[in-house]
Amino acid sequence: MSLQSPLSSDHQLARLLQIGVVLEEVVEARAAKHASESDDIDSEVRATLEEATVESERHRERLETLVDELDAETIGFEQIQRLVEQQYETDDDFDGVLYDQLCNEETTYKFYDDLIAAIEGSDVSFSVDCDHLLEVLREIRAEEEAGVEEVTALMERDQS
Amino acid sequence: MNTADQYLKAIYVVQQLEDGPASTGAVADCLDVSPASANEMIGKLESEELCNHEKYKGVDLTEDGIVRARDALQHYCIIERFLLEVLEVDEFRAEAQQLEPVIDETVAERLDTIIDRAPQCPDCFDHEADVCSLLVNQHDAVDAD
Repeated sequence: MSLQSPLSSDHQLARLLQIGVVLEEVVEARAAKHASESDDIDSEVRATLEEATVESERHRERLETLVDELDAETIGFEQIQRLVEQQYETDDDFDGVLYDQLCNEETTYKFYDDLIAAIEGSDVSFSVDCDHLLEVLREIRAEEEAGVEEVTALMERDQS
Repeated sequence: MNTADQYLKAIYVVQQLEDGPASTGAVADCLDVSPASANEMIGKLESEELCNHEKYKGVDLTEDGIVRARDALQHYCIIERFLLEVLEVDEFRAEAQQLEPVIDETVAERLDTIIDRAPQCPDCFDHEADVCSLLVNQHDAVDAD
């Protein structure tokens, strides 16, 4: 156990980016599953889920490029999709499509926010261009933030 | 996981190992910080009624402290299990320790949706080895294949 800064090498940065890829894959798989299998959602919710699926795919591809630059590998989408399917069937805590999507968006937003702070707080020189790395992560974080707002608006609409 | 939660988890682990109050020295050793830093944070946790600290005796978590410590331990277990099961990292223990401060509980909970964690978690945690005992068995079984 340690309180040391977690970002002190390319290896640790690559590991965190790999986790980011997996989170995006989880979002992509869950949103796609909800969009295709939920009968009781309207066209606006379905469109939001479909957009989220496409957006997550785009995010993970951008992260994969960064991981690649660090000479590391990422976990294939099919493997994560299979794991999502397995656990989904036994998920007792499922609270609805929009709530799940809100968790997805909030989680990825928080992850990028923490990762950006860790990179900014690190005095290590990574082998990837740090300005480019932060630019990519900030753009993705902004899209996740917009996603949180979009889903929140849909939830508020349903409650009114 | 924030620093306060890391401290609560460390106190909980030391209490389990010592079967009683945790000495601040042992908590400091566990977190690789100075005893002065440990004392300062323990004071903060005490002011939030998460633990009681008695000089020469040690630190005892309150009920609220135990709940938060066990949640933190669960999140740590999720990180270890995720690294081994999904990313297939052999050095999952060392890497979990490094990643723990930057993986928030909301992130850990989402990673939890794709791993196979036992319902009794975190009671199956081996405090001495700093790893889930079930995970060690799983890792050893894979190695033996």
